[in-house]
Amino acid sequence: MFSLCAFTAVAAVFSITLYMIANGVPAIWQVGWKEILFSSVWQPVARDASFGILYVILTSVVGTFLAVLLGVPIGLFTAVFLAEAAPAWLAAVIRPAVELLAGIPSVIYGVLGMMILNPWMYCLEQMLFADSLTHQFTGGANLLSAVIVLAVMILPTVISISEAALRAVPPELKASSLALGASSVETIFRVTIPAARSGILTAVVLGVGRAVGEAMAISLVSGNSVNLPLPFCSVRFLTTAIVSEMGYAGGLHRQVLFTIGLVLFVFIMVINGILSGILKGERQG
Amino acid sequence: MPQSKISTEKLNLYYGAKHALKDITIRIRSNMVTALIGPSGCGKSTFLKSLNRMNELTDGARTEGKVYLDGEDIYGSGMDVTRLRKRVGMVFQQPNPFPMTIYDNIAYGPKVHGVRNKEKLDGIVERSLRQAAIWEEVENQLNRTAMGLSGGQKQRLCIARALAVEPEVLLMDEPTSALDPVSTLKVEELIGQLKGKYTIVIVTHNMQQAARVSDDTAFFLMGEMVEFDTTARLFVHPADRRTQEYITGKFG
Ligand SMILES: Nc1ncnc2c1ncn2[C@@H]1O[C@H](COP(=O)(O)OP(=O)(O)OP(=O)(O)O)[C@@H](O)[C@H]1O
Ligand SMILES: [Mg+2]
Repeated sequence: MFSLCAFTAVAAVFSITLYMIANGVPAIWQVGWKEILFSSVWQPVARDASFGILYVILTSVVGTFLAVLLGVPIGLFTAVFLAEAAPAWLAAVIRPAVELLAGIPSVIYGVLGMMILNPWMYCLEQMLFADSLTHQFTGGANLLSAVIVLAVMILPTVISISEAALRAVPPELKASSLALGASSVETIFRVTIPAARSGILTAVVLGVGRAVGEAMAISLVSGNSVNLPLPFCSVRFLTTAIVSEMGYAGGLHRQVLFTIGLVLFVFIMVINGILSGILKGERQG
Repeated sequence: MPQSKISTEKLNLYYGAKHALKDITIRIRSNMVTALIGPSGCGKSTFLKSLNRMNELTDGARTEGKVYLDGEDIYGSGMDVTRLRKRVGMVFQQPNPFPMTIYDNIAYGPKVHGVRNKEKLDGIVERSLRQAAIWEEVENQLNRTAMGLSGGQKQRLCIARALAVEPEVLLMDEPTSALDPVSTLKVEELIGQLKGKYTIVIVTHNMQQAARVSDDTAFFLMGEMVEFDTTARLFVHPADRRTQEYITGKFG
């Protein structure tokens, strides 16, 4: 009975993998993998169609990287504050707030980003590019908006997992540092955080996973045209490409979308691989 | 009588409403080993922590009375905690090296206190490890993580780590209770080598250990110091009946 249930999960993973490969690979044969991965021209419905997803891949990589760069420090400092410094009443306010943040559906993030963030971005854009003759105005729906939304969305993951890791550091370890005359700040940065590093790394990797896979929220704020991932450009991510085109795509176009899905799948697999590598390294001490 | 390194006067400590130390007045002799014995919960660790102000890390702990280090009040406004803890080092019950290399474990304290020069740090690391009688065992693996050492080696590493900041006093809270007999013996030998240069205060549940390593012994009971004398006298001719009963194993 139990093994049957367990088998369901394995079967699901297995069939998804097979399905992704079966549907993603044909387009690679037909178009050529170099053409797909390294061409930057995405014109799937033109008469002389071109299926280069380089910019889309770059957008996902750069967008995720920037979101992590922004979200991880904020999340880590919040976790340090919660685990080490916050008075009980304040922690009792922050912690449920963080949990709530994790529970908000991603479409809400998208809508809020669209209503609040994009207008700000548009103001900024108008100021920065007032004299530019070449800039394509986006109305504020750009990479930067997506990065900020993603950074907020990974916060709960980063905070709760890092906090748990920091709390798991033995109190005597901190006491030893303090007893040597180190200040509490020195102790946090030089003993507590290093001692919790594998947990914190896990938090980062899971955050990356969440950011790479997010589609709904960023499709609402990122503008959705295929461009080089520059802060004020309208951009399209791997996920948003699938979301926005799958509805009408047919033929080869549709198959290339599956290839994009396969690329995304490979990304997630790599991230999972890194994660299990970290966890294994931790068990070995 | 040699000069006292640490002395307390009517030291009282409260954890909230709990009165954990009651009017402790003691003179700890310089460059000698003083053992603190007594049943569980009698306040030995609390007393030890009040000597380097580690008690201040406990929420709700309140200290009254005086503690003097070389005649200077350690709770006085002129006393800097960082400097105090450099002078009064501490070794804990569980061997707990930092999750870094052996070298970095030892260099941690000196770096905290501003030593940056690599050669100087190298010198301190070697000297401290030699003093803690562990140099021969680790000299070829200084850049490996300290987490791979045995329990006994870890504890001697922790002693070396404490010695690296050149303290004057070493507080040890049951330093061998998590170790096997052979490692325990090594640490006891080490204590014998260190006294004379350092003033050592050691908490132990092991009567034989107290008798073996210490010059003076204080017997604590329910937050009070019942008796304090030279180890030789306290174990042979205890003045108080409760001391007599404890050291002969009638309770505790
Ligand atoms: N943080 C704390 N908050 C409240 N009470 C405490 C705290 N730490 C210790 N106590 C109490 O103070 C008393 C003395 O504790 P302490 O740890 O000093 O005893 P000990 O002699 O070291 O015991 P053991 O031999 O078990 O280590 C005990 O009754 C203990 O319950
Ligand atoms: Mg104790």
